[in-house]
Formats: sequence, C-alpha cells, structure tokens
Amino acid sequence: MAREIQEINAGSMADIAFLLLIFFLITTTMDVDSGITRKLPPYEKDITKTPPIKERNVLVVLVNSRDELMVENELMDISRLRETAKEFIANPKDLPNLPEKKVENVKYIGEYPISKQVISLRNDRGTTYGMYIKVQNELTAAYNELRDELSKQYFGVKFDKLDEDHQNAILQIYPNHISEAEPKNVGGQ
Amino acid sequence: MGKFRNSSKKSFPKLSTASLPDIVFMLLFFFMVTTTMREVSMKVQIKTPGATEVKKLEKKSLVSYIYIGRPMKNYQKIFGKEPRIQLNDKFATIDDIRDYITSERDKLAEADRPAMTTSLKVDESVRMGLVTDIKQELRKASALKINYSARKMKSIY
Repeated sequence: MAREIQEINAGSMADIAFLLLIFFLITTTMDVDSGITRKLPPYEKDITKTPPIKERNVLVVLVNSRDELMVENELMDISRLRETAKEFIANPKDLPNLPEKKVENVKYIGEYPISKQVISLRNDRGTTYGMYIKVQNELTAAYNELRDELSKQYFGVKFDKLDEDHQNAILQIYPNHISEAEPKNVGGQ
Repeated sequence: MGKFRNSSKKSFPKLSTASLPDIVFMLLFFFMVTTTMREVSMKVQIKTPGATEVKKLEKKSLVSYIYIGRPMKNYQKIFGKEPRIQLNDKFATIDDIRDYITSERDKLAEADRPAMTTSLKVDESVRMGLVTDIKQELRKASALKINYSARKMKSIY
C-alpha cells in the first residue's frame, strides 16, 4: 500500500518572504532623480574674443552674494524674472530696446521672425546654490512657456507631446541661449 | 433528513494562510522592480533645492553623481563644517574630479560615452564658488552634460 505523501508545512514561507521584503525595502531607494539639465560650453584655454553682441540683444542677469537679483541694472524680485525673461526672449511688440529679429524659414512653420536673444547670467562666488537654481529655474520656465505657447498655436499640443522633428522646429525659434560668465568674487566668500 | 446540520460542536474555521507567501512575494517583486539599489552611503548632508521645471533623469547607468554639502555630524570632527565634495563613498577635493570623471567614463561602453550625464547633488546652502570650480573641472574633463538635481515643486516663491 502506497504511503500518502506528507504535506510540507509552508507556514514559514511567509516569514522568509517578509525577511526578503524588508531587506529590499532597506537597501533600495525609490526616489526618482530629477533636476534641471544644462549643457556646459567646452573648455577653452585662451578665451577667444567673442564677436560683440548688440546691447539690445542681451539680457543681463546678475545675482550678488546676498542673493539679490539685478536685471538690466534694476533690482528685481525673483517672482518677476519669468515674465521679464519671456518678454525679452519673444519681444512680441518689436520694441527697439528688446532683441532684434531675423526672418528665417522654419520647417513646418514657415517664415518666422527669430529673435537674436542671449541671456547673460552672472553670479557671485558667494551666491547660494538655492538662489542660483531659482534663477535657472525661472529662465528655463520662461523658455518652456514660450515653447508651449508656440507649439499650441501651430500644432495644437504642448511642446512635450511633439515628436522630435517638430520639437526641433520650435527649438530653432526659441533656443536656449543662457550664457554664464565667470563669477566675480565681490562678497569675499 | 434535515436541511440544516445540527451540530453542537461548531468551532470557528481555521483561517488559511497558504496564500500569504504569495501576497508577500508579490510585494517583494514590486519593490525589486520599482526601486534601485542604494549605491553610496551619504557622508554629506544634502537638501536639494526645489524647482518647477525639473525633468526626470533617464538611464541611470549613464549618470555619475557628485555630492556637495556639509559633512554629516559624525564626520564633522575630522572634516569640519565647511561644504565638502563626496565622490562615490569618499570625501574628495576639486583635483579628484577629473580622475573620477575619467574612470566613470571608462566604465561605459564606447557608444554610450557621449550620453554620459553628471548629476550635481548640491545642498541649497552651498556657495556658488565651489560649484563653479567643479563646473570648470567638468568642462576641462569634457563632461558637458550636467544636471542640477532638484526636487519637483509646485511653486518656488
């Protein structure tokens, strides 16, 4: 007579699984890395003279060691930077003191006046990193909002939703032109 | 023949725990898939600044990290309270950055090297002088794609 196979006690299986679970919970992280992406300019040993840029095409943004913001020789609160940058980049009313424009042919969009904007950002060595990121964030936000607006106007969707070719067309009109100058050491940090 | 069994010794039925391991394993697999291994033990305190325009970093294998912040309490006796750089598991100086980038780049496959990104995890109270020096070193090492690590926030004001 065949003996009946005894059932294996699986009661401790749960304990083992819990043990593994807790191990993984402790050793792993769940946080997704996010941040503001930037591309640094390549290093050059001897600084070549850059061709002069007309003053109206440059937005000078300065941050001092006390985290105060100055835009075009005017003290400014950080909350106004985004609007100022947007108006500077797009120059919607073709004001003479804001960037000049050059009509270029853009794929999918056609002839479009592209502004020759450059944002020059300079901070002090004593500026805190938190403030620096705030300024970077506002400038990025200005570009992003303008791209979204343009994208909605021409393609009906937000910039993120476009495919690469259409994104490049928009980037041709609103490219990131943030130039960072070597910081000055005035605050003495 | 009664429809209802008239049992006098009615005891509470034993709850079957046979499916408990399955549930726990399911949780386990969920966590194994969604999380990544902690790679370094932090030796500096970092509270990254908040920003609204953050983008997710993709392809974590192509990212190398530079941490900058004040040393943790238990290291402050040796390393002081001034912000320090941490690369991998060790405290480092500005001069170590180029070697670090080179070794990180060597780890990657040839095709992936141009896509290498350096993530700067910097405490918000750190002064820009140190950060600028590091950026300059990164430029010299031609690690030009960088990412300022920041938390996603609704508003920064």
